[in-house]
Amino acid sequence: MTGGRSEVRVGTETTVDSSGARTEILRRIRAAKGATPVAAAVEREWTAIERGYRREATREREAVLELLEDRLRDYDAHVVRVRPDEVAGSVAAMLRERGKEKIVVPTGLAAEWLPEGGAFVVDDGAPATELDHFDGVITGATVAIAETGSIVLQNVAGQGRRAVTLVPDYHLCLVRVEDVVETVPEAMDRLRATADLPTTFFSGPSATADIEMTRIKGVHGPRFLDVILIG
Amino acid sequence: MSRAAELTVLDPTTSPAFPVAAKTMLRDAQLRKNVRHATEVIQNKRARVVGEMPDWQQLREAGRQIRTHTMANLDFYLEEFERNCTKAGGVVHWARDSAEAKQIVTALVKASGSGGEGATEVIKIKSMTTEEIHLNQALEAAGIHAYETDLAELIIQLGHDQPSHIVVPALHKNRQQIREIFQREMNLPELGEKPEDLADAARRFLREKFLRVKTAVSGANFLIAETGGVCIVESEGNGRMCLTLPETLITVAGIDKVLPRFQDLEVVLQLLPRSATGERMNPYNSIWTGVHEGDGPRSFHVVLMDNARTEVLADEEGRQTLNCIRCGACQNACPVYRQTGGHAYGSVYAGPIGAILTPQLQKMHYAQSLPYASSLCGACYEVCPVKINIPEVLIHLRNKVVEQKSSLDPEALAMKTMALIFRSEKRFRAAQRLGRIAEAPLVRRDGQDGGWIGWLPGILGGWTQVRDLQEMPKETFRDWWEKRGSRGN
Repeated sequence: MTGGRSEVRVGTETTVDSSGARTEILRRIRAAKGATPVAAAVEREWTAIERGYRREATREREAVLELLEDRLRDYDAHVVRVRPDEVAGSVAAMLRERGKEKIVVPTGLAAEWLPEGGAFVVDDGAPATELDHFDGVITGATVAIAETGSIVLQNVAGQGRRAVTLVPDYHLCLVRVEDVVETVPEAMDRLRATADLPTTFFSGPSATADIEMTRIKGVHGPRFLDVILIG
Repeated sequence: MSRAAELTVLDPTTSPAFPVAAKTMLRDAQLRKNVRHATEVIQNKRARVVGEMPDWQQLREAGRQIRTHTMANLDFYLEEFERNCTKAGGVVHWARDSAEAKQIVTALVKASGSGGEGATEVIKIKSMTTEEIHLNQALEAAGIHAYETDLAELIIQLGHDQPSHIVVPALHKNRQQIREIFQREMNLPELGEKPEDLADAARRFLREKFLRVKTAVSGANFLIAETGGVCIVESEGNGRMCLTLPETLITVAGIDKVLPRFQDLEVVLQLLPRSATGERMNPYNSIWTGVHEGDGPRSFHVVLMDNARTEVLADEEGRQTLNCIRCGACQNACPVYRQTGGHAYGSVYAGPIGAILTPQLQKMHYAQSLPYASSLCGACYEVCPVKINIPEVLIHLRNKVVEQKSSLDPEALAMKTMALIFRSEKRFRAAQRLGRIAEAPLVRRDGQDGGWIGWLPGILGGWTQVRDLQEMPKETFRDWWEKRGSRGN
């Protein structure tokens, strides 16, 4: 089924055509609030929205990185900071510490980040049932937000498709310091050019507070998150 | 067993009036304890993370302006969303009301599934919009079983219960009650009662379904007109499972969920988590646009549903209700909700937002008692991240309710009579005399000064249900003034 006509076909027979509803709903909206706007006027109005909130960093660079570490630890993630030439060693140490062996990686993850002789399998689009047999996953990141302790992944080389960072129980994420920003608006600025790619924000391991409002770690996504800050 | 556990459906057209339903809830001490505990915890967390934002008020104002601007240009943005979502490989459907939405979703589910024989089960992401239209019952009637995958929604589903809060639907249940439900429904007699044990049981129960079921149904937090993208905000990762692993994804969204541009997420993604769960950011946000080769569902549908939202839009004073981003902060802050819990509101939208949204979505034909389910204290307005002036809308709706009533309504008649009496001194004095005579048989003397009236007949009985009325004074101020007037000062 391709995009386009809003029809549902079962076999050859069209069962739902919602074009009548479309016309009616748009008519109701126009009746409710007046004339249809012109694009230029809408744009002017949108541009006039007052955005008095912080749209840029307010802290020194080093303080921003410390803030990210602090916020990630708040979510029970392990964080270490290393020089670019120490990454592979740090990855090996983390995996040893966690006792994780069978690791899946997306295509395009920098080879120099992975230690020699590890059991790293490059994702080839295997079904989720197979991803379920991996101990963990290692990825890079597009951007990280210090103030909220969030890391953003997109479907690009070194980060891969969404299922890969979702099904395994352990996620080791490698974040370059140049990709760390302080605030949410700075992150959105960086993401805008690639806004149509599948995008996932994650802030710590999966959690729920549905039982008596107690934050419980690890429901369906990875239960363990480690972050290596590079630079 | 509380009455709440026997709830079958929250339907504003059949639910009892709020005062009646609230009375039942107030007798359930366990429920009240659970609700009080949960709302206190969230409120404290919210206060802490909102307090650390130096620009919180500026964010709220930007949020209000973005939402107001969107509603003022709703047709423009919906068409833009449709264009861009379609360009990216999604299919956009439109539904005038809940019946149409259910029909479309059911047909889509039947057309999905592998092998062309049609799906008989779907996995679901928590969605108040699908709760609003009772989608699960419609799917069940068509031979399709829907598995709720959000922990709270699973608790509700397995417990044959109804959601009582828009963010934490099972907020009225404590761990022992949840454990009993899981033991019974998942056949786990040995299950422990630590929250970790319960979450783990849910993880194991659902894992197999995530990996097997090929069709998912979701709601949406935001639709982005500029890109045609959809954003879902969640905690557990069940949302990611549902919107990533199946072959077909069907998203049901109210037409009010649209945002103009991708950049606008920078405002709502700051306002929503801090207001809803008191977190700086919730664990997971997903944004996707149409279909993406090799990543996620191959077939993606969005159902844009009106279901009386245009009615709300048509009311200039009620319109701001549509600005809601469903954070639930008003529920946690409301002294009425905190006493009664959510079910008394007779709709999936409880608390202050429910009190203004539900009657409007019912075109004011049902749920007329809800605008009165408030002390107008303003706590909801203070915490609303997009500054919806809920008290103002409540008063506006009360006005609408009164206008609908006939002039023969007992309350209307009583008010007219009062006006007549107050307009003339003679009539006023006569009424006072009459009152003193009429009240005599009702006054009881407890040996202290002045008697009390503990029971009034007929429609006046509402007053004395929960309080006593002091008897009228022996001497009125006017009588006293006149007596004293002859003595000078």
